[in-house]
Amino acid sequence: MSFEAFRCENGHVTYPDHTVCPECGAEQTDTVDLEDDTGTLVTWTTSTATPPGVREPNHLGIVEFDVEGATVRALGQLTTGDVESGARMTPVYCDELRDPETGIREKESQAWDGYRFAPVED
Amino acid sequence: MDRVAVIGASMTQFGQRDAWVRELLAEAGEACLDDAGVAADELDHLYVSNMASGEFEGQTGIPNALAHDLGAIGAYTQRVDQTSASGGAGVYAAWQSVASGASDLTMLVGGEKMTHRTTSEATDVIASLTHPVEYKHGVTLPSFAGMTARHYLETYDAPRESLASVAVKNHKNGVDNPHAQFRKEVDRATVLESPIVADPLRLYDFCPITDGSAALLFCPESVAAEYTDDYSVVSGIGGATDTHVVHERDDPTVMGGVVDSAADAYEMAEMGPEDVDVAELHDMFTILEVLQLEDLGFFEKGEGWTAAAEGVTARDGDLPINTSGGLKSKGHPLGASGVAQVYEIHRQVTGDAGDRQVAADVGLACNVGGFGNCVTTTVVEAAE
Repeated sequence: MSFEAFRCENGHVTYPDHTVCPECGAEQTDTVDLEDDTGTLVTWTTSTATPPGVREPNHLGIVEFDVEGATVRALGQLTTGDVESGARMTPVYCDELRDPETGIREKESQAWDGYRFAPVED
Repeated sequence: MDRVAVIGASMTQFGQRDAWVRELLAEAGEACLDDAGVAADELDHLYVSNMASGEFEGQTGIPNALAHDLGAIGAYTQRVDQTSASGGAGVYAAWQSVASGASDLTMLVGGEKMTHRTTSEATDVIASLTHPVEYKHGVTLPSFAGMTARHYLETYDAPRESLASVAVKNHKNGVDNPHAQFRKEVDRATVLESPIVADPLRLYDFCPITDGSAALLFCPESVAAEYTDDYSVVSGIGGATDTHVVHERDDPTVMGGVVDSAADAYEMAEMGPEDVDVAELHDMFTILEVLQLEDLGFFEKGEGWTAAAEGVTARDGDLPINTSGGLKSKGHPLGASGVAQVYEIHRQVTGDAGDRQVAADVGLACNVGGFGNCVTTTVVEAAE
């Protein structure tokens, strides 16, 4: 497994990938694996009104990673709601983030596995 | 250039309605035609703002259905979907149709039927606008609001109570709106003690799920007086997008679509935020009213939270915001909301807002789709 961010020839990094780099329009030709990295929790929430097939409560946050002079952010579920902004977080693989059978989105149209973020001691 | 006038306006009762989407649209459409004294068969263009009639109700093709139901067969029809900003995008489309000369008489009807679905199902329909990497985590629009509110409060050292003041103000305004879903004041303690929905935001920080419809009738300004003395003029309009993936924005407290669409609207109107007397902002969540106050140029970044708490945006304040009660108390039938915003501004600048009337020659409506993903800002002023 890998948690891939995408980089263009000018060093801009995005998650997820895009057809072209949103910053400069260049092709994204390189990937960066964030799986073993540690990032900073920018902000978070605990959602108590969740859609069909989603755990309740659902802890969610945005984590920012430093990648060789650039930064990239990712949204993801958190393993706990006992966190504070600024906490150091690391990705943890989850093979099914929500039940793909019950929501409105067509199951075959997208992936349902991905990474939650867990707090780490620095 | 001949500007575009608004010569008729209507909105239905917002709330939990027995009517389905076709009936809601027809109700607002008929009332709007009556307001202007225009027959349906005079319409050149008929636009319908709606996000998800297929997903909510299994009824697609609603513009054609509405044309038939109203007796406007032969008119050019088109559905406008821009999620929560479908109404604003419809105003843009209707404005374009008249400004371009393609139509001499255009009606826009916005509507949505939602309350027959559970909150969970309705939330999922709306969340389906998100990118797959967002959707798989179960993110909802309220949870984006929770994350953004936390970041805003922490970044600008703003008190949580300041957001509650937005809800208190808009509920107070809604009491005087006969079409509003909620006509009941709430106090700050009630807001701050209501159940958590997306921490730190609570139930009263959010708009309800709503059925309803609203309509506007447009023609060239040069012929508006032939229809009515009580018309207003769309003097500026702009539309813009921000990133689809919300976490890719450099500053989560800036809504780029609001900034960009407002810049275009102000430029067209040859005005700035200091010229605006009254505004309807997209308070789907209390934090959004604060962000729009800043991104529309009414307040410096980081200071918008003071507005409601200090009474600046109250109906009797220097800059009345959401005199209609806003989405917060009026309700938010997705496709109708942007149309109903302009309905309120039209009533205000034509002096026909009843108990909600404020002194206003220039008004602004800002309609936000997604979590700031797509925005339309419209400046409406009194006829000269």
